[in-house]
Amino acid sequence: MQEGMSAPPARSPGLGEFLPDRELMTVHLVAVGRRRDRDAFAALFRFFAPRLKSYFLRLGTQPRMAEDLVQETMLRIWDRAGLYDPTRAQASTWVFTVARNLRLDALRGERHPEPDSETLLAGLAEDAEGADAVLDAARREERVQKALASLPAEQAEILRLSFFEDVPHAEIARRLELPLGTVKSRIRRALRRLRGLID
Amino acid sequence: MTVDHHPFEATLLAYASGHLPEGLSLVVATHLAWCTECRDAVAAAETAAGLLLAQGPQAECSDALLARTLGALDHRPQPAHQPPPAPRQALLQQLKLPQPLQGYVQRLGPARWRWLAPGVAQIPLIGRTGGGGSARLLRVRPGMRMPLHGHCGSELAVVLSGAYDDELGRFARGDLADHGEEVTHQPRSDLQEGCVCLIATDRPLRFSTPLLRLVQPMLGI
Repeated sequence: MQEGMSAPPARSPGLGEFLPDRELMTVHLVAVGRRRDRDAFAALFRFFAPRLKSYFLRLGTQPRMAEDLVQETMLRIWDRAGLYDPTRAQASTWVFTVARNLRLDALRGERHPEPDSETLLAGLAEDAEGADAVLDAARREERVQKALASLPAEQAEILRLSFFEDVPHAEIARRLELPLGTVKSRIRRALRRLRGLID
Repeated sequence: MTVDHHPFEATLLAYASGHLPEGLSLVVATHLAWCTECRDAVAAAETAAGLLLAQGPQAECSDALLARTLGALDHRPQPAHQPPPAPRQALLQQLKLPQPLQGYVQRLGPARWRWLAPGVAQIPLIGRTGGGGSARLLRVRPGMRMPLHGHCGSELAVVLSGAYDDELGRFARGDLADHGEEVTHQPRSDLQEGCVCLIATDRPLRFSTPLLRLVQPMLGI
């Protein structure tokens, strides 16, 4: 996606009036990665810090610890912004994965293994069939956003519980007073919808 | 490359949410390296999580937090863009392991297959962690029939080379077996090639014979 790569600098006057917050954050994140832009970093902080704090609190972190994790997440964003690729993930997706991985590290001393993007891209170049499946991040977000808006409430609730509460699916089933199989089939339907496989 | 056996969507969602122990995540990530379908599902889940995070509730941060964070920027090390080290180990060259598994094997240093049972050798990759999981590479001689066993928690296995058959079908390179407590199986390795797989559990296996249950702690499985 070349538009994202050649996006105007974050401090262009009035940019915020034309872009929704989420897209503006992607522009800021690119600016931090390219130019170590501190104003763009501060803008990212103002948007994400209160949301990240809520994320850590909902996952059961103590309030003081939650602010430490927010700070660590923001610093990790600063350190790794140079590796951020706006064609692969929108800012909010990328920030979520940074926070998720940091929490695993801080709480359990564990890593979150992920397939390496370089290897994948090399593999996809050889594999035309695979290349069709690659969806530009901005288009994916648009599609997922629409799917979330039309998701049946019961499926949306299970996604929220999974992302933002530290409970296994068996516990989600117990809380919702549903058989585990029902929870699993709702997850299946929700993910298919997010992928645009069910209208 | 086409892959026939995939994790349940619930497993992919748990992976994307950060709820799986590291060993189980490593098995999923290894499968993802070979499977565009599941990669698309994980990307969709992570995108949804990011959107819900951006649109979700906010908690007030103390005024000093921004100043403190900006102050800390000066003390961060310069980001390094180091290329991944070239594979040195014979094991890596033999198996053509995808990332991130390659990195885990590399961090082990020189690793040798160790006898686990007749016809079966292992290399432990991740010992029991805070999250309660463990992961190992398992190499099974051609035509071996494994003892019937069930699982106390979750078990995930991905085939790295060769193949095996069990009650659920044939599992070859890239295929992932997603077993919950309900599955009892007796896998048999491919007659020609045998099988190398990465296998992770969040709790120990449950063997059907008392003898195996007895020696299980000694074998560390």
